[in-house]
Amino acid sequence: MTPKSGDRFSDKIMVETTTARQRISRGFGMKTILTSLALLGLVLAGTAAATTGAIAQEEAHNEAQPTHFPIHEPKEMDWSFAGPFGTYDKAQLQRGLKVYKEVCAACHSMKLVAFRTLEDLGYSEAQVKALAAEYTINDGPNDAGDMFDRPGIPSDHFPAPFPNDQAAAAANGGAAPPDMSLLAKARGVERGFPRFVFDIFTQYAQGGPDYIHSLLTGYDEQPPAGMEIPEGTHYNPYFIAGVSLKMPNPLSDDQVTYDDGSPQTVDQYSRDVSAFLMWAAEPHLEARKKTGFRVLVFMLLFGALVYLTKRKVWAGVAH
Amino acid sequence: MSEGHSTYTPKTGIGRWFDARMPLPRLVYDSFVAYPVPRNLNYAWTFGGILALMLTAQMLTGIVLAMHYAADSTLAFDSVEKIMRDVNSGWLLRYLHSNGASFFFVAVYIHIFRGLYYGSYKAPRELLWILGCIIYLLMMATGFMGYVLPWGQMSFWGATVITGFFSAVPLVGEWIQQLLLGGFAVDNPTLNRFFSLHYLLPFMIAGVVVLHIWALHVVGQSNPTGIEVKSKTDTVAFTPYATIKDAFGMLVFLFIFAYFVFYLPNFLGHPDNYTVADPLKTPAHIVPEWYFLPFYAILRAITFNIGPINSKLGGVLAMFGSIAMLFLVPWLDTSKVRSAVYRPWYKLFFWLFVIDAVLLGWLGSQPAEGSYVFMAQMATLFYFAFFLVVLPVLGLIETPRRLPNSITEAVLEKNKGGGGGHPARATAAPETKS
Repeated sequence: MTPKSGDRFSDKIMVETTTARQRISRGFGMKTILTSLALLGLVLAGTAAATTGAIAQEEAHNEAQPTHFPIHEPKEMDWSFAGPFGTYDKAQLQRGLKVYKEVCAACHSMKLVAFRTLEDLGYSEAQVKALAAEYTINDGPNDAGDMFDRPGIPSDHFPAPFPNDQAAAAANGGAAPPDMSLLAKARGVERGFPRFVFDIFTQYAQGGPDYIHSLLTGYDEQPPAGMEIPEGTHYNPYFIAGVSLKMPNPLSDDQVTYDDGSPQTVDQYSRDVSAFLMWAAEPHLEARKKTGFRVLVFMLLFGALVYLTKRKVWAGVAH
Repeated sequence: MSEGHSTYTPKTGIGRWFDARMPLPRLVYDSFVAYPVPRNLNYAWTFGGILALMLTAQMLTGIVLAMHYAADSTLAFDSVEKIMRDVNSGWLLRYLHSNGASFFFVAVYIHIFRGLYYGSYKAPRELLWILGCIIYLLMMATGFMGYVLPWGQMSFWGATVITGFFSAVPLVGEWIQQLLLGGFAVDNPTLNRFFSLHYLLPFMIAGVVVLHIWALHVVGQSNPTGIEVKSKTDTVAFTPYATIKDAFGMLVFLFIFAYFVFYLPNFLGHPDNYTVADPLKTPAHIVPEWYFLPFYAILRAITFNIGPINSKLGGVLAMFGSIAMLFLVPWLDTSKVRSAVYRPWYKLFFWLFVIDAVLLGWLGSQPAEGSYVFMAQMATLFYFAFFLVVLPVLGLIETPRRLPNSITEAVLEKNKGGGGGHPARATAAPETKS
């Protein structure tokens, strides 16, 4: 390659074409073309702003026939596991497990969660063994080729309340209750611009539990006048996919007995079970955040050293 | 620039023995130690190295994940959850891999926009640019197929929508679609072939990366002035100068990457993908991964028929056309000046184009209804106008600013104008003491 000679040549051309271009441009009306294109860009930005406003207005008009769900956004709660140093509140998880066992588990499976992992909630090995033994697990085939029932052991997962999705749907008015193992990560109301940008800095990642809590506490609200609620469904303005859902209000005050003195209210039950479901969906959250902090601190220090080294290496070279 | 005369002198006996038989150490030395780079490269030039790092990281995490993953439609979802729950550090591997894909695209977009801003695609770097475009295409295919593997709702329905594009192609469309799917709908055969291809394509990317770097080392890096290297004073040795700068750039990038992996691992994903794929239940809004959103917006912007082309085929053509534009950039841009630094009008349009691309991305995430459609159509018009009108016309009518005679001149001028004498030297003093 001979870049030197080639470049001198092209530089020369460049100087010549520059002057030629200057001459052309005067008569060409280049400003007209350019400004019109730039205007197109500005018009775009304008319509963007205008339509966002228009859409908001559209929604305000039809209260009885909403087109976007949920009708109300989930309420943002304080969670112990939020933020860079978030940890699970073990007492809360234990209460949440109790709510799951006594209320949700009647219809909702949680098949990805093994009993052995409940040690994360602060239970001892013996307690987990006893807890697992409360359940009956269908196992087999045995040596005779028969299926048999046996008490659960820690390596078992939570058994499902229905033999299959079809049975679950048939028993629940045509809609199978979703499996709860990942529910806290599988639900999230879109945050929209500009909030999703702020979420990066506030580390907002609690959309799932916020949603579950709001849904469970949202059954009290009355539908606006004129709204039609399909039969066999229940109005809930926090439901993500419509005005109402098949699941009736599952919780009522004093339904589950807490032995740690926590208030036995729907709100408290909802918070506890939402936190428990977050743990079920993301059991390694604490390890993740703890490791993350170490990684970031290391990278900050290492990065600073590399930066100083870089400064030193380049010190004598203008660039 | 590979001028042909290597300065490598092996110091040990083994080194000389190797050098006479297979001069691999010489190749490495010439490519990554002595290789001259322009002295004025800014941090936008660190993204090439960052991309190489991300490709390697994706391959390493991917290979381990594949040891635990089951490519079967009845097992895939649960096998991913097994990785998340039971495999040692499985959650870390998987979050690194899924967020790694996103950050790979973040890096490649910055890399592409850097090329557009500084005119890096101009002669003699057209082939280098086109190889880059091929890598980008392969990345898109790999990213798309990877997103299908967890077999969640968005995996399934995203695959259904995207493979559906091909059915718009006249005559052979249906055949191509069925070949991709291994049947008439997304199912186990689709998952199997996507897994196979998802494992294969990164190695093909690595192959094209080798060609990309080879082509780069023949023509040399461009630089912020866009002026070719003319003398030795215009360059510095790759090591230590570029190596240490790249290392710092990588660390900053990895810091942001780690922030997402550890604190917001699901921020860039869709909640629906934590629900197992259900062919009977269509999600309310099917959206692809964020890095495809601008193209998705272009696809959906064509809602009208153009002569014999119906809106579906029109949308697919517009979408593929929008990527094809990149391949043509070296010939669409008629300007003799490379860098936007010296092109005031191009600089303006470049930033308008960036805004347009971001706007298209946002529109891609919104439902295709009401005024969003019109906005997407306008944004698509601007997208194509940038390539087909602005690039060719600007080069002919724009008056560029005066170019410095050489990189060295540009650098010295800049440092003089910075005020306070030699900032680099002034700040260096306290460090040398310590």
